[in-house]
Amino acid sequence: MQSIVEFKNIFKTYPGVIANDDVSFNIKEQSIHAILGENGAGKSTLVKILYGHVKPDSGEILINSDLAIINSPSTAKNLGINMVFQHFSLFESLTVAENLILGMNENISLTKLKDKSKTICDKYGFNLNLNSPISSLSVGQRQSVEIVRSLLNNPKILIMDEPTSVLTPDEISKLFKIIKNLVKDGLTVIFISHKLEEIINLSDYVTIMRNGKVVSTISTQNEDPETLGYKMLGYKVSKAKQVSDNNFSQEIFNIKNLSTQSKDPFTVNLNKIDLNLIKGQIFGIAGVAGNGQKELMEILLNENDYEFSGDIFFKDLNINNLSTFQRKSLSISYVTEDRLGHSAVPEMSLSENIFLSMNHKSEFKKGYFINFKKINSFANDVIKNFKVDTPSYNVKAGKLSGGNLQKFIIGREIMSNPELLILSQPTWGIDAGSEAFIKKTIVELSQKGVSIIIISHDLDELLEVCHEIAVLYEGSLSKPLNVENINITKLGKYMGGLFD
Amino acid sequence: MNIELIIGILNIVLISTTPLVFAGIGELVTEKSGVLNLGLEGLMLVGAVTGFITLVLTGNYFYSLILSIISGVILSGIFAFLVLNLMTNQIATGLALTIFGIGLSAMLGKKFSGTPIEGLSPYYFIIISFLLVFSVGYFLSKTKSGLIVRAVGENHNSAYALGYNVIKTRYFTIIFGGVMSSLAGYYISICYAPMWQEGMTAGRGWIALALVVFATWKPWRLLVGAYIFGGVAIMQMNLQAFGVELPGQIFNMMPYIATLIVLVFISSNKVRLKLSAPSCLNIPYEKNS
Repeated sequence: MQSIVEFKNIFKTYPGVIANDDVSFNIKEQSIHAILGENGAGKSTLVKILYGHVKPDSGEILINSDLAIINSPSTAKNLGINMVFQHFSLFESLTVAENLILGMNENISLTKLKDKSKTICDKYGFNLNLNSPISSLSVGQRQSVEIVRSLLNNPKILIMDEPTSVLTPDEISKLFKIIKNLVKDGLTVIFISHKLEEIINLSDYVTIMRNGKVVSTISTQNEDPETLGYKMLGYKVSKAKQVSDNNFSQEIFNIKNLSTQSKDPFTVNLNKIDLNLIKGQIFGIAGVAGNGQKELMEILLNENDYEFSGDIFFKDLNINNLSTFQRKSLSISYVTEDRLGHSAVPEMSLSENIFLSMNHKSEFKKGYFINFKKINSFANDVIKNFKVDTPSYNVKAGKLSGGNLQKFIIGREIMSNPELLILSQPTWGIDAGSEAFIKKTIVELSQKGVSIIIISHDLDELLEVCHEIAVLYEGSLSKPLNVENINITKLGKYMGGLFD
Repeated sequence: MNIELIIGILNIVLISTTPLVFAGIGELVTEKSGVLNLGLEGLMLVGAVTGFITLVLTGNYFYSLILSIISGVILSGIFAFLVLNLMTNQIATGLALTIFGIGLSAMLGKKFSGTPIEGLSPYYFIIISFLLVFSVGYFLSKTKSGLIVRAVGENHNSAYALGYNVIKTRYFTIIFGGVMSSLAGYYISICYAPMWQEGMTAGRGWIALALVVFATWKPWRLLVGAYIFGGVAIMQMNLQAFGVELPGQIFNMMPYIATLIVLVFISSNKVRLKLSAPSCLNIPYEKNS
């Protein structure tokens, strides 16, 4: 088999970061070629260069041994290169049919489109309703739309950027079957992932990237997750179970019969959620994104007076109507999903960000004025205790890397001495070092008797630190499973909505 | 009330409302692509004065129409360059365009104020305005190019990722909007009045802007809204003729109050807002590098 794509000495730098550092490797025709690497290893940048979305500083790309100058997505599409994005590039208020038409190179009538998309759907087992608006679809369905939209152009190369991160185990195996069939029919698939097992199951070859450089390009045949993981990180991953027994028994936080009845089609309605949390317990809420996590967090935070029925108790006190700051004063702390813009204001310094989240505490005020001396020393403590890599507390929050900012935010919340800590996606999109540190911190915290709720899409992370895991599916919460002797198949079924 | 009077009133409503339809439908297309152009009033005035001057100097209706259109292309082209290439703030740039247009038209028209001309029949333009609304509605909902315009206004990053040229699309829609405003101005100084007077558009540009929101960015509703707004303005004069004493200002406020009510109505509900307003409206587009 000959090479369909050849990367030659690709360089790309962003201010302060080398995203791609002399990247060269080949992709064989009609193969599944994975690109493996941590967050920030430069894999997304590389495929965006191939798709014409990002311009490289230097380097060449050969397609079928011919030099290709790809300076926009439209040239890439003309060369037969299509891409399925991690954060979908769909138009929410438009219908499926309109989205499909927009992705096509040629002009096509609606009836012809129906025929064509039906052929593809039947052949590969997609199920699409052309007339529904994107806003009414689940994440999995949206991905189907993206893939079908790419296939309508009869591409030669299909790039998929982390396609499994939003799918249930069941949906993933379906997707893999489809990808394998597509390759049998002549397609070349470039598959980006940081999940080791997936890569071994699916791909023929894998290029491993670390800090913008190619570590090696190898066949996956003789690899297992451990050897691949070692190559990806450069050191051995130890996933020793960190959770110890929970010696407390006092119930501290209860949700009773929580439901919402919103008519907004862009939100998920919660359905009779019950949750009981014991002191010192780490409780994981798993589930694919878009199954009500956002709405549940909204209610737990109570920033926007989200309407709901049911009751929330913190130490037997009904907190339904308490504001965010009142809840914080009761020693509940929050770390929201959106680091920049929600948990921290990017344009403000770290000290100022401390004050914004803690101005309910009188120690940070002097009458009507801000006590910057206290705040600065508090910020310094957070930076020191939580190993935040920053020159000073005067640095703007937006200047910190994702991992450092997340350590700072989590540190800030922990140092306010919470009895209950609620985290949403605590390690999403950060480097492995920070991730390990955060997980360790969470476990240590629980041993001191702090109760913790983690809402996360990352099942591995939950299995690693939680005592109990429940699954959120279309607004309903499954019963909790004890992690000690958890049945992964059952968990997978829960994630697909099959509660028992 | 007799039939003749009613027909007379309807006739006046028809004649006086047409500039709102022109300017409004142009702005609707611009906003559908995600750009807010607050310069309508300025564009209309310059369109009105260039058309008028050319007609006085050459006596040729065709030339005057062409020059009026060219003025719209140039002014909105400048606006597009500032907003799209230099990424200036759309609201500030649009306001500057209006202030610039008011001043420029006053200066150019100084000598021609009060010059008599023979006006053009408004009915051609009225017919064209209806056809225009129909064509724009068809274009936006049924053609691929119209779909691209909506896609660009809905999510410009996705549109770029799919291979569409966001900047080029917005140049087209901004210049289309500019030309439509010029035509609205041309209609006022050549058909409706016909004469030139400083600031003669009398705030119609702002009403047209309000109209787009009132119509929730839908061409057919825009047509209906235009006639409601136009009708209210005419009613004022006629009610006074019947001896109903209401200050004229009350009627002048009506379009804005109605628009405020619509705005409150659609933005009180996130879904309605998402489904009616273009998501990328007034958000600058920065190309990836």
